[in-house]
Amino acid sequence: MTELTNLGVRAIRDGVAAGDFTAREVAEAFNANVAAAADLNAFVIATPEKAIEAAEKVDADRAAGKPLGSMAGVPIGMKDLFATRGVQTTAASHILESFVPEYESTVSQKLWDAGAGMLGKLNMDQFAMGSSNETSYFSNVISPWRRNDGGNAPLAPGGSSGGSSAAVAARLCPAATGTDTGGSIRQPAAFTGITGIKPTYGRCSRWGIVAFASSLDQAGPMARDVTDCAIMLGAMAGFDPKDSTSLDLPVPDWAGSLDSDLRGKKVGIPREYRMDGMDAEIARSWDDGVAWLKDAGAEVVEISLPHTKYALPAYYIIAPAEASSNLARYDGVRYGLRDLPQGANLQDMYAATRAAGFGDEVKRRILIGTYVLSAGFYDAYYTQAMKVRTLIRNDFEKAFEECDVILAPTAPSAAFALGEKVDDPISMYLNDVFAVPASLAGLPAMSVPAGLSSAGLPLGLQIIGKAFDEQGVLNAGLAIEQRAGFTAQPEKWW
Amino acid sequence: MSSYRIHGTTGEWEVVIGLEVHAQVTSNAKLFSGASTEFGSEPNANVSLVDAAMPGMLPVPNRECIRQAVRTGMAIEAQINKWSRFDRKNYFYADLPQGYQISQLYHPLVGEGQLEISPDEKNPDQTKIIGIERIHVEQDAGKLMHDQHPTMSYVDLNRSGVALMEIVSRPDMRSPAEAGAYVRKLRSILRYVGSCDGNMEEGSMRADVNVSVRKPGGELGTRTETKNVNSVRFVMAAIEHEARRQVDVLEEGGTIVQETRLFDPGTGTTRSMRSKEEAHDYRYFPDPDLLPLELDDAFLEECRASLPELPDAKRKRYIEVLGLSAYNAGVLTAEVDTARWFEALLAETAAAQGKAEAHVAKQAANWLISEFFGALNKVGRSLEDSPVSHAQAAELLALIGKGTISATIGKQVLETMFETGDNAAAIVEREGLTQQSDSGAIEAAVDAVLAANGDKVEQYKAGKEALFGFFVGQTMKAMQGKANPQVVNEVLKAKLG
Amino acid sequence: MSVDRKTVAKIASLARIKMDEEELDRMVPEFNNIIAFVEQLGEVDTSGVEPMTAVIPQALRLRDDVVDADPLTGGNVREKVLANAPLAEHGFFAVPKVIE
Repeated sequence: MTELTNLGVRAIRDGVAAGDFTAREVAEAFNANVAAAADLNAFVIATPEKAIEAAEKVDADRAAGKPLGSMAGVPIGMKDLFATRGVQTTAASHILESFVPEYESTVSQKLWDAGAGMLGKLNMDQFAMGSSNETSYFSNVISPWRRNDGGNAPLAPGGSSGGSSAAVAARLCPAATGTDTGGSIRQPAAFTGITGIKPTYGRCSRWGIVAFASSLDQAGPMARDVTDCAIMLGAMAGFDPKDSTSLDLPVPDWAGSLDSDLRGKKVGIPREYRMDGMDAEIARSWDDGVAWLKDAGAEVVEISLPHTKYALPAYYIIAPAEASSNLARYDGVRYGLRDLPQGANLQDMYAATRAAGFGDEVKRRILIGTYVLSAGFYDAYYTQAMKVRTLIRNDFEKAFEECDVILAPTAPSAAFALGEKVDDPISMYLNDVFAVPASLAGLPAMSVPAGLSSAGLPLGLQIIGKAFDEQGVLNAGLAIEQRAGFTAQPEKWW
Repeated sequence: MSSYRIHGTTGEWEVVIGLEVHAQVTSNAKLFSGASTEFGSEPNANVSLVDAAMPGMLPVPNRECIRQAVRTGMAIEAQINKWSRFDRKNYFYADLPQGYQISQLYHPLVGEGQLEISPDEKNPDQTKIIGIERIHVEQDAGKLMHDQHPTMSYVDLNRSGVALMEIVSRPDMRSPAEAGAYVRKLRSILRYVGSCDGNMEEGSMRADVNVSVRKPGGELGTRTETKNVNSVRFVMAAIEHEARRQVDVLEEGGTIVQETRLFDPGTGTTRSMRSKEEAHDYRYFPDPDLLPLELDDAFLEECRASLPELPDAKRKRYIEVLGLSAYNAGVLTAEVDTARWFEALLAETAAAQGKAEAHVAKQAANWLISEFFGALNKVGRSLEDSPVSHAQAAELLALIGKGTISATIGKQVLETMFETGDNAAAIVEREGLTQQSDSGAIEAAVDAVLAANGDKVEQYKAGKEALFGFFVGQTMKAMQGKANPQVVNEVLKAKLG
Repeated sequence: MSVDRKTVAKIASLARIKMDEEELDRMVPEFNNIIAFVEQLGEVDTSGVEPMTAVIPQALRLRDDVVDADPLTGGNVREKVLANAPLAEHGFFAVPKVIE
């Protein structure tokens, strides 16, 4: 049965529909892989019974001749940021360790409605704050990839959706949900040789997703290829009246409209992304991408995004500011951890609970966010950052007058070793330097595998599209995928 | 207008008052969730996952709450901001599940407006304009119960997320009476508009009272804010006490600390709030879960079109069109329920008499205020729970208006109506109270009275005209009050020459 | 601008995160590194630029005034609301006694 776990979303769905195998067989195969991969620490909790239950329903529906959903029979991993009714939802934090929601997030519900089943809740950076998965309370995820230097140094799967990326790359699930606030889908996808797309802000409902930074958070799929991402995104997206920022637009048939013929399309290459001291392998991979897109018929033009340099500092004001407020609800009163020292009053209880419940990176960001919003500093930091955010969006708008999509690297390097950057927050933040601008502008962006570094590690290319133009992004991604011929897989060591 | 002054040992002090009134918006559901706003439910029954601030929950604003705030703004002639937005006010407290209150600091829904008040009830024409700085919409907090457990406080989130309007006045008031008049007038307008029920005792309207003192005409002093004062009387008492306290502190060489205080209705005093002592830094910033609130012309037009006639306009109309006295017009328009009752009475009695409203308005107003309110008072009731409906009252009034019964008999009938709940016509019929206008019977009665009082007739004819009333009274008495007084007058005049 | 230890301690208190001396020692330089990093933004000329209000321009939708229209955002779910409470008594959340 092991070959079933080599199949992606479309192959599983079509195979189940055709009767080549049952959904239950698929679920069992992936459950077995999950159970055998404890070394990767990709899951906070496995839910094999949920996967089986969903699969049996699909098999029964098929037997009864009922119509099957777009994800029917596909077991997936669910990032532990999505509230799942009756299943612990921790955001990889001690403060939510005991939390079992009484509700289901809109996005996960849509996936179950489309016939998907849940293999388990995926590990991640605590409250989605991190780029290496080292901020999880439940210990870091280890990438299934290893450098080809024989050193076997454990590598970061990227973050914050590192459980998702590791699990998909290691064939523990054919696809997983991710969330992307400043690169948290794209960077881990790039680090692990898989594909992931962050849609336009508002495409996927945020209702029931533990909030990090509300104006930036977007859910998206992480899967093995562009087609699988298109199928899964179609199941996740859609208007939700419970989310004020949800886009009231029909969901296009992205998967059905995939087309890698880019004739007549213009691809923009942002001058400012070619930074001093850029990793030569990253630069080469970017050049490969340019050549592939030209080969697909696109015209390549140079564009300028003049405020690129300021995206990361703006992000590290806006995201912590929103987070400092969004995370105020974790106070030990209504759910989650409560630390009530002997004789403590209410405010002492808050301070003790939050000290015990939040990890260092979360605390760091809450403090930064609290500081930049505090009296006397608000305008200098927050208002200035929101003005810069306007400039960054304007940069993109202007650039998109000259091109249809933008091609850039996803991350400035291949995966780094665990522990390598953990003591230097700024160098960790710099990992998202190419990912953050699209987040600040709310634009759809995806990462597709583009090849291997000399150390044998995957490199990703990023495609950024116009608002609402996920199709353009997916099409360009498909063109790259077809030409990159990326078939590498991590060698199983776990 | 005489100025209100605190007399201190160093001379006179002027009081400067501004009010922030929190008014619960009349709506079925909460501001950002679908939970009910019903008062008095089981603890935490009217709480949604959104109100409890469960992880991943998001706010979606209730149109009706926005609409009511806009209508309120229009009623105080305020600027309505077509572009506004919600901000988060961040602080930690057990009644605040999100750790922030969604409010509006930077771009409120309603801008500057004003209110005209009459601080002296006996002198309704003496008015003062009080500026209103803004109205914004925000979430109410939950409730803490401190006395149910020795070491614990209990949290009930039923009120958490209910929509409030915060109506912020300018520091334009200078006496407790002005502040009282302001709260009464504001409450009246809210009730007219229907945007708040104004029930202060249930907490659906409460005031934060900002008070400072200064030497008349001097620099503004440091103010204190007394929170959640929940009656007009308490607002006035809190100001009186707080102004006196501040004067005492200053005159003893102390300084006023800008702080939050609590009013104790039992003692009529204010005290510093320990729990709010910590430095405030609310870190306001635009709520990233919500987009800017943009109102279109159609929405505003509907809000405007749905506004009722407001108390000032109504009062003016009562005086100018219905011909009521300024006093009566003031009494009848002060509360929307009174005005509604009066207008129903007026319409029904005019119809019953086949006359235009303007023709019977004065009679109806006088009768309502002097007779009917008096009767209500006697039984300790108000119009709301009046045992006699306006339809019943209109019937009685028509009987008087048409001359079927006299005004005097009318009083008697009203009394019976209060006692029995019967209709006026039935009582008049049953008790044979119909007024006699038959000049024959009246002439006979007059003749008898004049014959029995020959001496008084002489005195009258000699010029003591005040005796006319005596003859009227005697005639009426003889006819058990049922004689038509007009006919009695005519007959007497004729007979006495 | 460098942020001193006292300020970081004050911010931690405002954010209700208890920090001991050792944690503060670690936090102060990290905090300053990050603040120094974000202060690059001061270089940008933003005169005449409006702060962003909505990343994807769209109007705020308003909900109808209907109670419990959607069970996911309606009331009468006390069991669900209290299900995860660290301490709930008689239908209330319980917290250490507050003195007002």
